[in-house]
Amino acid sequence: MTSKKIIPARNWGQRVIAALLIAVVALLVFMVGTSRHINWSAVPQYILDDTILDGIRLTILFTILSMVISVVAGAILATMRLASNPVLSGFASLYIWFFRGTPLLVQIIFWFNIQLFIPSIDIGSIHIDTNSIVTAFVAALLALSLNEAAYMAEIIRGGLLAVDNGQQEAAKALGYTPVQSMLRIIFPQALRVIIPPIGNQTISMLKTTSLVSVVAAQDLLTRAQNIYARNFLIIELLIVASIWYLVMTTVASAIQLVIESRLGKSTNQAPGLLQGALRLMRAEGRNG
Amino acid sequence: MNTSMIASAAKPIVEAIDVHKSFGSLEVLKGINLTVGKGEVVCLLGPSGSGKSTFLRCINHLERMTAGRILVDGQLIGYHERGDTLHEMSGKELAVQRRDIGMVFQRFNLFAHQDVLTNISQPPVLNRGKSRDEAVARARELLKMVDLEGRGSAYPYQLSGGQQQRVAIARALAMNPKLMLFDEPTSALDPELVGEVLNVMRKLAADGMTMIVVTHELSFAREVADRIVFMDRGVVVEEGPAREVLDNPKQERTQAFLRRMH
Repeated sequence: MTSKKIIPARNWGQRVIAALLIAVVALLVFMVGTSRHINWSAVPQYILDDTILDGIRLTILFTILSMVISVVAGAILATMRLASNPVLSGFASLYIWFFRGTPLLVQIIFWFNIQLFIPSIDIGSIHIDTNSIVTAFVAALLALSLNEAAYMAEIIRGGLLAVDNGQQEAAKALGYTPVQSMLRIIFPQALRVIIPPIGNQTISMLKTTSLVSVVAAQDLLTRAQNIYARNFLIIELLIVASIWYLVMTTVASAIQLVIESRLGKSTNQAPGLLQGALRLMRAEGRNG
Repeated sequence: MNTSMIASAAKPIVEAIDVHKSFGSLEVLKGINLTVGKGEVVCLLGPSGSGKSTFLRCINHLERMTAGRILVDGQLIGYHERGDTLHEMSGKELAVQRRDIGMVFQRFNLFAHQDVLTNISQPPVLNRGKSRDEAVARARELLKMVDLEGRGSAYPYQLSGGQQQRVAIARALAMNPKLMLFDEPTSALDPELVGEVLNVMRKLAADGMTMIVVTHELSFAREVADRIVFMDRGVVVEEGPAREVLDNPKQERTQAFLRRMH
């Protein structure tokens, strides 16, 4: 028997499109790279600038704080949404509807201007100027957290609903109180469903924080803007900021990958990172 | 007849009086009366939709009845009686009552994120104030009793259905319940795994555990049950000693059901 050489189909159409794509991208790179209007030496000059690094710290701080706050608030909202009391579930629905239905940018500006209708807080003889509490930082953090909490509530609710109802029935039958059942049986199992989307939200939040630059909350983008307001190197500083955003999201994605691979490996054990949180919950559950 | 008279003469473990339950406009329990004495094994038989599982779930208040009352060991389940009204207990109070009532589910419902030993030992640590060591030692004993010695570190998903159900029985027993409820414990099992679960239940019955078993296993009922309660469309059609009901059913509905089962 003679065996003949096999030649796979060429897919000429794809090859043509690929060639065109290469040409277009090369042209774009060439145009940007050789543009006289971009001062490339400014990029390395500013990439490790103290102001920029300080902005990065704030961006990371905003991300971490708003994620922590929104996870806690989201868990509370999700539990309320699933409660039998119509006022509790109604409030949670209304909250989610409102904060998901209005643009985050509007919410940020709103919080920043809250002193316009609440100029001061007066409790008895205590008088506090709203402006002294709700700084740009606080306004930005409030807006990011309260908005994210609405999304988190839906993610957590989805996770809780994904746990088979039989688990809760078994817990009840074994004499677990509602709090014990939630903290020791339902929530630990819901975490496996909840963790991956929380990772996505965190990565998204790293970029979303740039919106707070509208109230000059001193995040990375605010700092870049401050610098280019003085030297007009607009594109250069936006490139610097973009590089840093890419670095942060790439690192965050890598961390997410590690966490998710651990989640995948031990299908029935919480990942190491979560053990501490679980231990905390167990301690709480004991009091329940 | 005879057995139930003996049962009611001694102090009953379960006393259900005129239990009604409706889901919306559908009435699934239309006044169930049942008394179960200490150490008695009662099998609830009946076609699906007859309300037997619903009734069983009322006994530990997993299901809220519409009217009637259920007492377990003399204690009204699920409610505080104040004058003419019954006030439903809080989740915490219900939890305390349920600690004395073991339950085994059709779908096992082992805690999926815990290994077998934790499944069995955690409830008594949390809810019976046992020390961890004590609870783990007892869990190992129970595992031996259900023929699963040495499987303590396995996770539920690593076990067969029959093994999971035996763990579920051990878990319920770890709370030292006064009463065990079985809700179709072998209905979700492959036929060849039914025997191992029934064997454990036989052992339990022989040890004098009070058991109420919703089942379709007629041979098990014949062999182990002191009494059979046949339900259909939300009422008790017939009850009596196992052999009497199975071999000599008096009611036409019971006869029809038994004919279909053979």
